[in-house]
Amino acid sequence: MNYDRILIRYGEISTKGRNRKKFVDKLRKSVRIALAPFPKIKIRAERDRMYVLVNGENVQEIIKSLKNIFGIQSLSPAIRVEKDIEQMKEAALSLVKSLYTEGQTFKISPKRSDKSFGLDTSGINHTFGGHILGNIPGIKVDVKNPDINLKIEVLAEAIYMSCENILGAGGLPVGSSGKAMLMLSGGIDSPVAGYFTMKRGVEIEAVHFFSPPYTSERSKEKVIDLAKKLAEIFGSMKLHIVPFTTIQQTIKEQIPENYSMTTTRRFMLRITDEIRKKQEALAIITGDNLGQVASQTLESMYAINEVTNTPILRPLLTMDKNDIIKIAKEIDTYDISIRPFEDCCTIFVPSSPKTKPKREKVMHYESFHDFDSLIQEAVQNTETLTIRPDSKQSSEFEDLF
Amino acid sequence: MIYFDNSATTKPYKEAVDSFVKVSSEFFGNPSSLHGLGVQAEKLLTQARTQVASLLAVKPTEIYFTSGGTESNNLAIKGSAILHKNKGKHLILSSIEHPSVRGSMEQLKKLGFEITYLPTDHHGRVKVEDVKASIQKNTILVSVMQVNNEVGTIQPIKEIGELLSQYPNILFHVDAVQAVGKVPLNLMENRVDLSSISAHKFHGLKGTGSLFIREGVRLDPLLSGGNQEWKIRSGTENVAGAVAMAKALRMTIGNSDLGLERMSRVKTLLREELSRIDGLTINTPLENSAPHILNFSIRGVKAEVLIHTLEQKGIYLSTTSACSSKKQLPSQTLLAMGVPDDLADSAFRISLSYDNNEDEAQKVIVAIEEGAKQLRKVMN
Repeated sequence: MNYDRILIRYGEISTKGRNRKKFVDKLRKSVRIALAPFPKIKIRAERDRMYVLVNGENVQEIIKSLKNIFGIQSLSPAIRVEKDIEQMKEAALSLVKSLYTEGQTFKISPKRSDKSFGLDTSGINHTFGGHILGNIPGIKVDVKNPDINLKIEVLAEAIYMSCENILGAGGLPVGSSGKAMLMLSGGIDSPVAGYFTMKRGVEIEAVHFFSPPYTSERSKEKVIDLAKKLAEIFGSMKLHIVPFTTIQQTIKEQIPENYSMTTTRRFMLRITDEIRKKQEALAIITGDNLGQVASQTLESMYAINEVTNTPILRPLLTMDKNDIIKIAKEIDTYDISIRPFEDCCTIFVPSSPKTKPKREKVMHYESFHDFDSLIQEAVQNTETLTIRPDSKQSSEFEDLF
Repeated sequence: MIYFDNSATTKPYKEAVDSFVKVSSEFFGNPSSLHGLGVQAEKLLTQARTQVASLLAVKPTEIYFTSGGTESNNLAIKGSAILHKNKGKHLILSSIEHPSVRGSMEQLKKLGFEITYLPTDHHGRVKVEDVKASIQKNTILVSVMQVNNEVGTIQPIKEIGELLSQYPNILFHVDAVQAVGKVPLNLMENRVDLSSISAHKFHGLKGTGSLFIREGVRLDPLLSGGNQEWKIRSGTENVAGAVAMAKALRMTIGNSDLGLERMSRVKTLLREELSRIDGLTINTPLENSAPHILNFSIRGVKAEVLIHTLEQKGIYLSTTSACSSKKQLPSQTLLAMGVPDDLADSAFRISLSYDNNEDEAQKVIVAIEEGAKQLRKVMN
């Protein structure tokens, strides 16, 4: 007997009270996007759980896709059976058989929501446990630590049976917590910061600073590739590319070298904040990691953060670099991030940037030039791309492949 | 023309040649160049890699482009043996491998490695028990081809993979050159670590192939230089070849449902009709053989002469594999199967593509029957 549906359990959503419907709708949308390659499936969302009806598509491949979706606590491939004892016996036996290897143990975990069902829980245990024991020679019962745990759920409309419980990605469905801007540099940290924020349900738009000819087309490609990876989570993502050459050149001319980094960061934040207003987002996400580089000391953050009172989210602030790298590898952004192309931060980097910049000093230095109009110009000339995951990107070379 | 020698090489798809020409002339940049032309070439290469990977159900980072099957086999075997020699110096291969596998192993033997040849049964099939019995404490690599190129026998790759999953220190290389488009590769399910494919065997162009290297498996490169292909295969990438290969693979797999059905029909017809010919023995096993290869021997007929007789009628097939037919040695595979010397000496191989049909098969059957009769008269 083959699995005909996958049961999805919501986890945290279930505790969200009156907002639950909104959360379930968002999750349903995420599931639909992730399962687009499987046209025959049907999604049925209910109050406590969601079902994906497989309709002949590949169950293992579907599970693989579902495992990456935020908002899913766990999932189980399952079969639906009518409330007929003989049918149920047959299904229970074939499920256990399909997983059983010699010497394994099993137990039955019944759950009877429909109290009108003829058998009570111990009756279910007895009937189906006995049937399995009688038909699989050598199998033993172990209620404490079974190899196979056959769940039989008796609901009003039918019986559901499943044996496997697969852990989901957890978190909240993307889009259920509003929208924020991610400053995406091309390094290892910022995609991971974006990933963590999305995991808590935040929809993100990315902002990248591009300084041709100091940075090449390839560094832009790299950021687009990173955005494609992140876009897999939500189906698509906006990427704002800010022309930053003039500002960087002007900073180099106007600001003492050891303060140029601080000023650069302040302007990046101001520009991102302007774009955030236009896009009606509520926060800015950075890959800042305390003490990693000169711009990420507390003193620097204090001097840089002064330009806005928009919430700045720094999900990686207290993490160790090795842990960040581990996540980057898991989400497939690491190999893209380590491509060796200059980005706008590395090219103008001063030889000894201030690790403890003073807020008053940086404001003083910036006061000698009309940077505001440069910033407005950069915001106006920002190019906005809608990035889709690789599989959906229509290719300029399509006829060649 | 009736071309029945598709295991030697296939006629490239026109679409693959078109892609090759267009990429060669319009997107000729070096993928490593910093400028836009380089970026464009790199994008093409990346897309080719992604497409090949997705058609083989593996990750793009597990596909390394090479110059073809021979290079892929050399890289897989020597590259892993050299890097892992401190873990052990024992290698296992079947006795019916392609010369590029056998030759790589023999070369390693001269460098102090120990090699074990696995026997085959009379169908030309390796036994999993023999693999198990050959494993030593210092074994680091097992190499078994998926489909034999001379008789078409399908090897028990899944079962060997299952066995080897109990030996995490042993790498499993599968030469899948003859398998692409004919039998499912199932690289992941079969616990394959390394697998070679070659584009010109599925209507791509010569000089292009790839090696699948499972994530986490490490090799030493054979070619040193500019560190292309993640340092595993230096040398400016053959972007046009890779794109043409991706296209040929897509078309092959896309056509495979109908193609395989037709191929099996043609093969069955050939098998049934040819086996009625006096003195003709079919060497290809009935069960578990690839749908495109049929090997047979005709007692008392010198193979080479019949090949030329058929050629005069516009029919192209071969004696054994293209690689060993020039040496005029009897087929290693047939000898390993226990076919007597004289029959091994008069062996023929028909190898089909999706495009061959039953009409062609009928003509070939008649031509072989007539040719054999005539030659026997002259030669006896």
